[in-house]
Amino acid sequence: MSVRKSKFNKIKMNTKGKVKGIIANLVIVEADGPVSQNEICYIIMYDVKLMAEVIKITGNNAYIQVFESTRGLKVNTIVEFTGHMLEATLGPGILSKNFDGLQHDLDKMEGIFLKKGDYAPALEDDKLWEFKPISDIGDIVIPGSWLGEVKENWMPHKIMVPFKFQGKYSVKSIAAAGKYSINDTIAVLYDSNKNEIPITMVQKWPVKIPIKAYKKKPRPFKLMETGIRVIDSLNPIVEGGTGFIPGPFGTGKTVLQHALSKQAEADMIIIAACGERANEVVEIFAEFPKLDDPRTGRKLTERTTIIANTSNMPVAAREASVYTAMTIAEYYRSMGLKILLLADSTSRWAQALREMSNRMEELPGPDAFPMDLPAIISNFYARAGFVYLNNGKSGSVTFIGTVSPAGGNLKEPVTESTKKVARCFYALSQERADSKRYPAIEAVDSYSKYIEYPELQKYIKENISEKWVDNIMLAKNILIRGKETYEQINILGNDSVPVDYHQQFWKSEVVDFVILQQDAFDTVDASTPIERQQYMMEKVLNIYRLNFKFESFEEVNPYFKRIINTCKQMNYSKYKSKKFKIFETELEEIIQERT
Amino acid sequence: MQTSAFQKIYTKINNITKATCSLHADGVGYEETATVNGKLAQVVKIQGNLITLQIFSGTEGIPTNAEVIFSGHAPILSVSDELSGRFFNAHGQPIDGGPEIDGKPVEIGGPSVNPVRRKQPSELIATGIAGIDLNNTLVTGQKIPFFADPDQPYNQIMAMVALRAKADKIILGGMGLTDDDYLFFKNVFENAGATDRIVSFVNTTEDPPVERLLVPDMALTAAEYFATEKNQNVLVLLTDMTLYADALSIVSNRMDQIPSKDSMPGSLYSDLARLYEKAVQFPTGGSVTIIAVTTLSGGDITHAIPDNTGYITEGQLFLRKDSDIGKVIIDPFRSLSRLKQLVIGKKTGEDHPQVMNTAVRLFADAANAKTKSENGFDLTDYDQRTLKFAKEYSNQLLAVDINIEIEEMINTGWKLFNKYFTKSEIGIKDEIYEKYGNL
Ligand SMILES: Nc1ncnc2c1ncn2[C@@H]1O[C@H](COP(=O)(O)OP(=O)(O)OP(=O)(O)O)[C@@H](O)[C@H]1O
Ligand SMILES: [Mg+2]
Repeated sequence: MSVRKSKFNKIKMNTKGKVKGIIANLVIVEADGPVSQNEICYIIMYDVKLMAEVIKITGNNAYIQVFESTRGLKVNTIVEFTGHMLEATLGPGILSKNFDGLQHDLDKMEGIFLKKGDYAPALEDDKLWEFKPISDIGDIVIPGSWLGEVKENWMPHKIMVPFKFQGKYSVKSIAAAGKYSINDTIAVLYDSNKNEIPITMVQKWPVKIPIKAYKKKPRPFKLMETGIRVIDSLNPIVEGGTGFIPGPFGTGKTVLQHALSKQAEADMIIIAACGERANEVVEIFAEFPKLDDPRTGRKLTERTTIIANTSNMPVAAREASVYTAMTIAEYYRSMGLKILLLADSTSRWAQALREMSNRMEELPGPDAFPMDLPAIISNFYARAGFVYLNNGKSGSVTFIGTVSPAGGNLKEPVTESTKKVARCFYALSQERADSKRYPAIEAVDSYSKYIEYPELQKYIKENISEKWVDNIMLAKNILIRGKETYEQINILGNDSVPVDYHQQFWKSEVVDFVILQQDAFDTVDASTPIERQQYMMEKVLNIYRLNFKFESFEEVNPYFKRIINTCKQMNYSKYKSKKFKIFETELEEIIQERT
Repeated sequence: MQTSAFQKIYTKINNITKATCSLHADGVGYEETATVNGKLAQVVKIQGNLITLQIFSGTEGIPTNAEVIFSGHAPILSVSDELSGRFFNAHGQPIDGGPEIDGKPVEIGGPSVNPVRRKQPSELIATGIAGIDLNNTLVTGQKIPFFADPDQPYNQIMAMVALRAKADKIILGGMGLTDDDYLFFKNVFENAGATDRIVSFVNTTEDPPVERLLVPDMALTAAEYFATEKNQNVLVLLTDMTLYADALSIVSNRMDQIPSKDSMPGSLYSDLARLYEKAVQFPTGGSVTIIAVTTLSGGDITHAIPDNTGYITEGQLFLRKDSDIGKVIIDPFRSLSRLKQLVIGKKTGEDHPQVMNTAVRLFADAANAKTKSENGFDLTDYDQRTLKFAKEYSNQLLAVDINIEIEEMINTGWKLFNKYFTKSEIGIKDEIYEKYGNL
């Protein structure tokens, strides 16, 4: 760290204050020295310290939001300012951890109940890591350059030049391979004035500021396989892409995110459980240690970090939790890894902002949300992305958030602001959820802007198939036409429309039941690899292209139900297994009956 | 929490509004309770030494020279085994003529459980009602409300569920209960010989509405005591949470806060979540399960209260009158138990999930057929059969007045499928059909 900065810290360390006013978790503090916006401070209450963040300053008064309940707090209580903003602690040991929204290690806290001011540190100071140098004496390095690596679970965790550094440095010395703890010096750098700067395996970074230690951020172009058919085969997302899942309560946002976290093709998954149910996080705690990552065969826990700030945990920390999660994601991206960040639900984060803004009596925007909500959301989504690092390697942060629109109405500030920035839109429909057509993504209204990217189209043509993009368009068209014919049948009556209408409608039902619908709780059906998706898509499109012969409309429904039933049995069977083939033959026979 | 060594009496109030009064006082803690001429109050705002107190029963008749005494602590409940069988008001004071509780004073609205210390819920709660057990199975540690219009018999159903649930303790939190409903609960519990398993905190329509805000915290504090210290399975009944939320909006309105949707405070989600999240399965065996009632207005679930509730709870049980059979049913479309996956097909028959889903799907087909016929279209043979199926399904399984074992519910499902439909219409996985479908 540069000399100028540490001096700056020293001045700030001295600032103290006294509590002057309390309204819920908004506390007004009279400070005796300089205070900066978003600075962290601690209220010294008896034997516990309550962590808080400065959110507004007027004169000597700092308005702070406390990340804890303020019950029992009195005026004139002493407050100590820290001189820094809310920071994430970055180093080996983050993987597989369960943190709260401020990155305190939940597993290290004592007792069943969360205690005020129990701030278990994020990383273990005494754990030894097997370090391997990957830079040489004399190398010129910049923030984010890789100096060495340790094995974290199975992943190569790069030890980097801290992001807070500025300019160029040269490596004076680097530790030999061996076991080190995070606070051991693993390298010494020279700055431009030949000052020696020791480097450890841990660094800090303010969570609200994006980590930009990369060379460039092109438009994303690589498909990210999720195993979820309605995403991959109809509205694909890309490495470094952004997406959001709005939907009324109970329509399947969380189930979908959990499915993504289990199956998506990423090196690391970060789950920010932001203001939602604790039992849903418990489900992950219980399941992930038992489930295998389909690609590496390792346990899912090994590639997962959870930030749990559930709805009963302090509201202010809820807002911080998504930033903590994003900062961790950016840190791992700088190691050249593919990160998938999931946040459930971004609406709760927006509500946390609203609660605070109301307490500060700010002029409210639509639905009493703060006026700058759209800007806050868009800045956050902008942190995702595919990047080329300065060493030529690439990494990505893909971000998918859920949105919980009030009353299920998508015309509300959080949904609208998010829609402007997220490039994939996975709208969950109440109607589909009610009729148990899971996942309840409304495939026609939903979209992926990425399919329009020529870069992605090229990537798909080269790596997956020539026809993939055309198939997506065709499948969507079938669904749209199916919907239209269904309406016409309903208006005109079953026997007043040509039998072909029924056929048209039922062909779209085949797409719906066989491709869109997927049983998240069935071991086989839950995840469909791309190859299998292609295979089934071709099957279904082939059925669409055939012209079946029917005497009357009454024959159409039972016939297609048989087709759907057989295709579903295929979906439930192991790909290309004996059972799968038996159903496939059965399907061919059914098809031949009427062609 | 420290208690002050001596209690200072203040007698000069500066400001009085409908719900609050403010005065100058020293050494007061946030959320501390006080009495203002004997009325219970709580600190809601501190500015320097100006303290704003919310008076639960309202400020009518409070003079500027009222006696204000601070307690030195947040609202408390004395907990011990003596709570069993007793009735209390919103402040935790006995209303049954019995003695004060001799127990450990505990601040209500205490800390949250560390999520990593929770256990995944896994114990099924059988209620005998198929609309619940078959379609929306409940699990200990779950939180779930009944969504019901005010004219539905939700309190009766809730009492029945509570008694059949085999809980070690039942804690009733009544908010804005009519006297009739209060007496109803009392009678049912007494007749069932269950009084000593029950603790009640009751705010009736005669009590000041704002006092209701204390009821759920009182009930949940008692529940946590039995669940953690006695490792008991505790069932908390909260009725009616809509009236609780209404009280929140009264307070925020009186304090000039900016309302969000439906005049509710912007913090409604957090306020409700804080309570409902007290539902938990503890690693030591105890559990807190919450069954609540959220009354709706004209079945509208998009109103802020049911909407926020739905986003918090683990499903909802939607009561509706089925005009075809003239009975109240648990609507299979709009009801959901999100924790059912943890037990169905595991603690119940392997065929349970498929039977449940199939029945609901066929019931949906029947609903479509009904719409079709109402619009004057001819019904197909399949449509006709779904309608017949729906009637029997509704009568034998969805109605709230049945009381059978889960196995029988599943068998009834199969019987109805085979009575009206072919194998491909039933569309259940072959394996399962072969094994269980041929009764
Ligand atoms: N893909 C699926 N397959 C089977 N069931 C599903 C699927 N998705 C959702 N469900 C059912 O819907 C229920 C609710 O889903 P989920 O918890 O994901 O809803 P949500 O949209 O996250 O709701 P909330 O906004 O209240 O959190 C699940 O418990 C499950 O019963
Ligand atoms: Mg959810």
